[in-house]
Amino acid sequence: MPFVPHTLEDKQRMLAEIGLGSEDLFGDIPGPLRARSFDLPDGCSEQQVAARLRALSMQNGTCLPCFLGGGIYDHYSPAAVDAILTRSEFYTAYTPYQPERSQGTLQAIYEYQSAICRLTGLDVSNASLYDGGTALFEAALTAMRVTRRRRIVVDASVNALWREMLATYTANLEAELVTVAHAGGRADRDAIAEAVDDNTAAVLCQNPSFFGCLDDLSDVAETAHSAKALLIVATYPIALGIVKTPGEMGADIAVGEGQCLGLPMAFGGPWLGFMAATKKCMRKMPGRMAGRTVDADGNEGFVLTLQAREQHIRREKATSNICTNQGLCALGAVVYLSLLGKQGLADLARLNADLGAYARQKLTAGAASLKFPDAPVFNEFVLQLPAKADAVAGDLLGRGIAAGIPLGRWDPDMDDCLLVAVTESRTAAEIDAYADALEDVL
Amino acid sequence: MKLIFEKSVPGRRGVMPRASDVPTTAEIAPSLLRDAPAELPELSELDVVRHFTNLSEQNFGVDTGFYPLGSCTMKYNPKIAERVARHEGFSLLHPALAQLPGGQKLTQGALGVMHETDRFLREICGMARFTMQPMAGANGELTGVLILAAYHRARGNDDKRVILIPDSAHGTNPASAALAGYDVKTIGSDEDGLMDLDALKAAIGPHVAGCMLTCPNTLGLFNPHVKEICDAVHSVDGLVYYDGANLNALLGRCKPGDLGFDVVHVNLHKTFATPHGGGGPGAGPVGVCEKLVEYLPVPWIIKNGDEQFGLDWDHPDSIGKIAAYHGSFGVVLRAYAYMLRLGRQGMLDVSEAAVLNANYVREKLKSHYALPFAQVCKHECVFSASRQAQAGATAMDIAKALIDRGFHPPTVYFPLIVEEALMVEPTETESKATLDEFITAMIEIAELAETDPDQLTAAPVTTPVRRLDETLAARNPDLGV
Repeated sequence: MPFVPHTLEDKQRMLAEIGLGSEDLFGDIPGPLRARSFDLPDGCSEQQVAARLRALSMQNGTCLPCFLGGGIYDHYSPAAVDAILTRSEFYTAYTPYQPERSQGTLQAIYEYQSAICRLTGLDVSNASLYDGGTALFEAALTAMRVTRRRRIVVDASVNALWREMLATYTANLEAELVTVAHAGGRADRDAIAEAVDDNTAAVLCQNPSFFGCLDDLSDVAETAHSAKALLIVATYPIALGIVKTPGEMGADIAVGEGQCLGLPMAFGGPWLGFMAATKKCMRKMPGRMAGRTVDADGNEGFVLTLQAREQHIRREKATSNICTNQGLCALGAVVYLSLLGKQGLADLARLNADLGAYARQKLTAGAASLKFPDAPVFNEFVLQLPAKADAVAGDLLGRGIAAGIPLGRWDPDMDDCLLVAVTESRTAAEIDAYADALEDVL
Repeated sequence: MKLIFEKSVPGRRGVMPRASDVPTTAEIAPSLLRDAPAELPELSELDVVRHFTNLSEQNFGVDTGFYPLGSCTMKYNPKIAERVARHEGFSLLHPALAQLPGGQKLTQGALGVMHETDRFLREICGMARFTMQPMAGANGELTGVLILAAYHRARGNDDKRVILIPDSAHGTNPASAALAGYDVKTIGSDEDGLMDLDALKAAIGPHVAGCMLTCPNTLGLFNPHVKEICDAVHSVDGLVYYDGANLNALLGRCKPGDLGFDVVHVNLHKTFATPHGGGGPGAGPVGVCEKLVEYLPVPWIIKNGDEQFGLDWDHPDSIGKIAAYHGSFGVVLRAYAYMLRLGRQGMLDVSEAAVLNANYVREKLKSHYALPFAQVCKHECVFSASRQAQAGATAMDIAKALIDRGFHPPTVYFPLIVEEALMVEPTETESKATLDEFITAMIEIAELAETDPDQLTAAPVTTPVRRLDETLAARNPDLGV
């Protein structure tokens, strides 16, 4: 019996000691409700499981240079991150409900929260949300609670996948989602100003935008604030090594996807939603929070706090339904940020920007051009092709390059556009090879 | 322990990015850049590793000792799942690859894992199809309620605004219902600890959109009238949601689909042994009956005629996207390894041992702690420390005393309907010897409650910190430095 320690003798002895027969264990399930069949394959040995999964893992194309982005990036994760994540005192623990015996988890969360605030330039962070998309949704709800309003203005240069999620998550709520067209891959100020009214809870923007464009959203913050609405900025943690922070722009809430902070792409997750906000939003924020306090002897310690916001206390009046979040992923992120450190993150961001600039040059040397030539970028940009982007991406994939995300799916007018991301995992040689292959294909 | 920021030494370097191999320097206008680099710690790699290693030593996991946290199913996390999840063929895979033309051919292994996990779960739960997108149990609950809402919208059931939820339910149930725009009506429990059938029937009416149930419930009790409850809800075209948090008790014995449930979520980090991670990541796949499949999130993972796995987006009635791509694939992968390992008999062994272990603890402690419900339980049992509290030691004090004796405490003060609740879920991976040690400790603590409760109220004394001032933490929140 894999993992069950009882021998037949153990079971018999235990049953005898408590005066039950084995048929009594499930005697409370009426006969008609019992499973009539249970048609699963026989179990495998550990060795068989290992072989089967190893074979499956080799059926995936991970040896291709990956120029895919869109919120999830092929960054290099230092070995020390996983070394900490594989410590079983961290990963086999659960929520630190008994803080005296969980100071490891609690202090790590506190340090993670601190790091996210320093990264985003805001006052308070929670312990994590599931991913960038749900963090954006939760931020919209937070703004609705803070302002007591129902209208959310969404700039169309916010991550397209997250905007789809936002529509799904708000479908049943009394929330008015208004999408505003972008201008040149960035927030359209006039369109936003026109859309913001005195029922607007928040404006949702992204920097760098979904299209990789850099912007200073300070004036959008002013527009939102003059209507007493909040500005929510979705952002990219690696870019924040050098790029202006949401805090510096006057944003009220920053959210985003923390996968880039040392977590594997892993075909969908688990990833990391982060949320940081101004102090004013603190008590209306979702998610767990670790706070610093003192113990009975006056020594410093950490506990979960402000729990009166949460589902186990407030139930249907809670700020969110979140319980299990992305605890181990947040630990990975704070380890990653600590390993890179102040200078390391800045250097990494510089490197990514330089690689992005190089790729932009090389890939537009021939028939392809930049869709948003006037927009400064970080490490991601939109290539405009003299052909359907789907077809070009398919051709390049056949040549062993994961060239970019075709954008036609979200905007039919952009079906000739490819979203290309470059990270420190891409070498100059790979970028050159991409440029050559692109010329062949076009 | 000092904060990592307090250990920082200006100029110290840890991991350094590689040198640039391109001649270009990006020129970004200063107005787009931050004023100064983020104030992250400046430490060597050893400093960082030592810091977090020392932090880990202040923690307690399943690998450390007995962790009978009721409702959480803290069973052993098989290490083969960790090895398998780290294959670069899985970990280095960008999900968008599968969506490029020709990309499905390059992601057959990953798509196969999800497809096969769906098939396992269908059989285990008696449902027609699962989505792997929900990233936790509560996220699964929300997904399920959104599906329920889509069903009602399609049928023009605009007056259905209420979801019925028992008072013993986990807080996520009403929170999820509210997050999907529903009102919650709470149904009380009867003297046997089960949902009051009369109260439920009285609450049934045209405004009822559905009902959320955990089975066995949070008291560890199986409701023999569960099918009647489902029938009652169905009689007004309502849907019944199964919160799978307690599925460990029923593996192979009973399928939610057979009981009448329309939507189900499963907690992979509970029943299917993926690690709890100190607060996640988990995963909460959602399964539905045939009449609801078209509302599931897209894309579906399907098997084509030529035995190839693929993505199927052609479902116009879908609620849309719950996750950006496929959900927490790395968690699904670990659960799949576990399912393969266990197989049919392994799962039957799980439910049998889980229920045996919980009843063993229940019987052995019932003369020492008040047992509100005396019947045979399933995989968890709930005691009340009411006697001990009267003598001067509360459920909290008992929990702290257990910490000093090397155990993680059971869940305390939940479910809300039991005073001074202690919810014990041993799980099937614990031996008789471990259970006997726990029972001995609990009996000793019960005696101390009568003879020397001060010893208990002073606990814990063996931990890195003593009891912490949670009132201060909430009054003057210090959430970061």
